[in-house]
Amino acid sequence: MAQTKVIVGLGSCGIAAGAGKVYEELQRIKVADNLDFELKKTSCIGMCFKEPLVEIIDETGSYLYGEVDSKKADEIIEKHIVNFTPVKEYIVKSDTTETKFDHYFEGQVKIALRNCGYIDPENIDEYEARGGYQAIKKIANERIGVQEVIKSILDSGLRGRGGGGFPTGLKWKFANNNRSKEKYIICNADEGDPGAFMDRSVLEGDPHSVLEGMIIGAYAIGASDGVIYCRAEYPLAIKRLNIAIAQARDKGYLGKDILGIEGFDFDLYIKEGAGAFVCGEETALIASVEGERGMPRKRPPFPAVSGLWRKPTNINNVETYANIPWIISNGAKEYAKYGTEKSKGTKVFALTGKIKNGGLVEVPMGITIKDIIYKLGGGIIDDKKFKAVQLGGPSGGCIPEYLSHTIVDYDSVNATGAIMGSGGMVVMDETTCMVDIARFFLEFTCKESCGKCTFCRVGTKRMLEILTRITEGDGREGDIEKLEELAYQIKDGSLCGLGQTAPNPVLTTIKYFRDEYEAHIRDKKCPALNCKKLLTYEIIEDKCTGCMVCKRGCPTKAISGEKKMPHFIDQELCIKCGDCYSKCKFDSIKIF
Amino acid sequence: MRVTRINKKDSAPKAESKVDLKLIEPLIKKYKNKKGNLIPLLQGTQNLFGYIPPEAMLLLSRETGLKISDMYGVATFYAQFRLNPVGKHIVKICHGTACHVQNAKAVTEDLQNFLEVKDGGTTPDNIFTLETVACLGCCSLAPVMMIGEETYGKLNGKKAVEVIKEIKRKETLNQKKSLTENISKN
Ligand SMILES: Cc1cc2nc3c(=O)[nH]c(=O)nc-3n(C[C@H](O)[C@H](O)[C@H](O)COP(=O)(O)O)c2cc1C
Ligand code: SF4
Ligand code: SF4
Ligand code: FES
Ligand code: FES
Repeated sequence: MAQTKVIVGLGSCGIAAGAGKVYEELQRIKVADNLDFELKKTSCIGMCFKEPLVEIIDETGSYLYGEVDSKKADEIIEKHIVNFTPVKEYIVKSDTTETKFDHYFEGQVKIALRNCGYIDPENIDEYEARGGYQAIKKIANERIGVQEVIKSILDSGLRGRGGGGFPTGLKWKFANNNRSKEKYIICNADEGDPGAFMDRSVLEGDPHSVLEGMIIGAYAIGASDGVIYCRAEYPLAIKRLNIAIAQARDKGYLGKDILGIEGFDFDLYIKEGAGAFVCGEETALIASVEGERGMPRKRPPFPAVSGLWRKPTNINNVETYANIPWIISNGAKEYAKYGTEKSKGTKVFALTGKIKNGGLVEVPMGITIKDIIYKLGGGIIDDKKFKAVQLGGPSGGCIPEYLSHTIVDYDSVNATGAIMGSGGMVVMDETTCMVDIARFFLEFTCKESCGKCTFCRVGTKRMLEILTRITEGDGREGDIEKLEELAYQIKDGSLCGLGQTAPNPVLTTIKYFRDEYEAHIRDKKCPALNCKKLLTYEIIEDKCTGCMVCKRGCPTKAISGEKKMPHFIDQELCIKCGDCYSKCKFDSIKIF
Repeated sequence: MRVTRINKKDSAPKAESKVDLKLIEPLIKKYKNKKGNLIPLLQGTQNLFGYIPPEAMLLLSRETGLKISDMYGVATFYAQFRLNPVGKHIVKICHGTACHVQNAKAVTEDLQNFLEVKDGGTTPDNIFTLETVACLGCCSLAPVMMIGEETYGKLNGKKAVEVIKEIKRKETLNQKKSLTENISKN
């Protein structure tokens, strides 16, 4: 009889939700009660909305428990391990019974995330046990040539998952074509989109898949050195990568004449980023690795010709690399089975915002946005009205509800004015103000502009000023037109993708939510009731009990009224701080 | 551009901090004459002192031959580097998209009001430095803040202030304890 396993999800977000304490508690009772089970660690399985997660695998099947705290952990162990009765009400996923959340995994196809949440990322044996390092072994044993590897990747139709969507096989071909004794391969793990965590989850949950992808890439282009450029904000990812690199060296997957392939020497190291969004751009990233300010360079020459230290360099995203071993092991055809004509395979999304089941999902290309939000995501929090979804972060745009039948593929998403991006999918409901969202992204890009191009540096600032003014009630006729004019000038006058795409959030919100801009500018009203300065607070006479709570709290003494009599707000004095609204126990204050 | 981050003299803590430059020596040994060493040198220095003291920059330049102007250029380019000493606890409030949509602004405002500092500022008692950051990677718990290694999720202004108050209470307790210990020692 196999020993029962108890596995705790210890990704960053699991730890943030308290999984570390749950693990300690499990360890404590295991020892204290002398229980016979194996306590193990894993990482993000994607059900972030149910963290902390604990899985129990016994001879009857697997049971994933959600929202486990120390107390629940005791209960689960007592009932499940000691008395052999699973605690049904806490189970969120199981291969033996149905749960409320099964639809979250139906429709997902896990290729890049194939091991995330299933293995201990700090244990190379577990990666190998699930077919890990089989792809590079296959290349070595079957003497698969460089050109054949490149052809496989080309045939698979895999396109870069870092946002640009450039065919990976083609990139490798270019880098391979350039003759040089020194060549580099870089993994872009800068993940700059604020509100997205696909790459973090892959690095924390399955670092070896990225290493294996890079090793295969190095073989294909002929690189002997590699760099993983990782955000410094991801300490756990860096720690696990370091462990993985050391293990891979021990086992001979890194080093000299790897797996007996004569002359194939390859090793890599991690370079920590220093906090600049623009360093996700490939030429800026290279400048940063070289120890300089992360300022983009003119392309061409492309990195494939002249990259790191002016040598041919191939740069791909984390998720792109994670797909590679699977494609080599299972064949290009198998991968190309998923997806649409021009967008093959799967894409990982970080589903966040006003969504019930927020987490990490991997879906085949071609699924509609609506299906992701309603079938997988379970719909909008509190069943509010779904308004829009933001794709592609600061470079992307908002897709409105009425276009939610749009399918996920590069061309269809581009047609809406948004971009596929790296996988951030932020869901917004009726309480999200679209002008404010545009302002939020512009504030970000304005701060992150490297300053090289005037239009990007100054133009984003001017746009931000106009947007701020609009959200504060000082919008003027003609502002929308001015924003559009600036947007096109910035797009044309910027060197790198940051400037070229920075206006997208503004342009798409103007395109789909022009009425909201107009309400702010003409009527001085925020329809989503989000922009504070545009709100009016009023006391509903019939509901007011005259309890005086609001009157006492008001910082400007704008509220008048006698005890037990309806109160009244003087609009001239009100500074719209919202204190009265949050304090009133009788819901007698309305906002409009 | 982060021009606002330069010359933040007003938010620098009053107390003079002593910098032990000897600590940098191993760092210099490790990175001297390596290509692309500027950023790791600055990162190492900041790890030692919590910020990059001017004297450290001078020493690094003297020992490695890197130009001070290059160092200053790099230090002001990247958000990670600080040129001023920081408080004992760095409070990082996430302003990524997911947290923004879930009203992170309200959390920041309440914390700013409670601590009476602006973004990037340090409290006069040198206990807290407030920073807004983009995405801590726990978007499903939004809005989120991080203090040291500890992450706090599903916040609102009130909850965040409670957390700060608790840390403050412990700090004053510690201070009192060490004070009485000192007195009894003497
Ligand atoms: C401003 C800007 C930021 C970027 N940030 C990232 C990033 O965080 N991660 C990433 O993989 N690619 C990012 N990219 C795209 C990279 O320049 C590059 O296209 C990508 O890493 C190539 O890998 P892929 O072909 O596998 O997608 C960014 C591009 C721009 C213009
Ligand atoms: S477009 Fe903006 S970020 Fe890109 S190089 Fe120009 S100034 Fe720098
Ligand atoms: S919103 Fe603030 S200022 Fe206005 S009436 Fe209420 S408490 Fe007073
Ligand atoms: S399930 Fe934990 S981070 Fe996603
Ligand atoms: S947006 Fe705040 S944790 Fe990601």
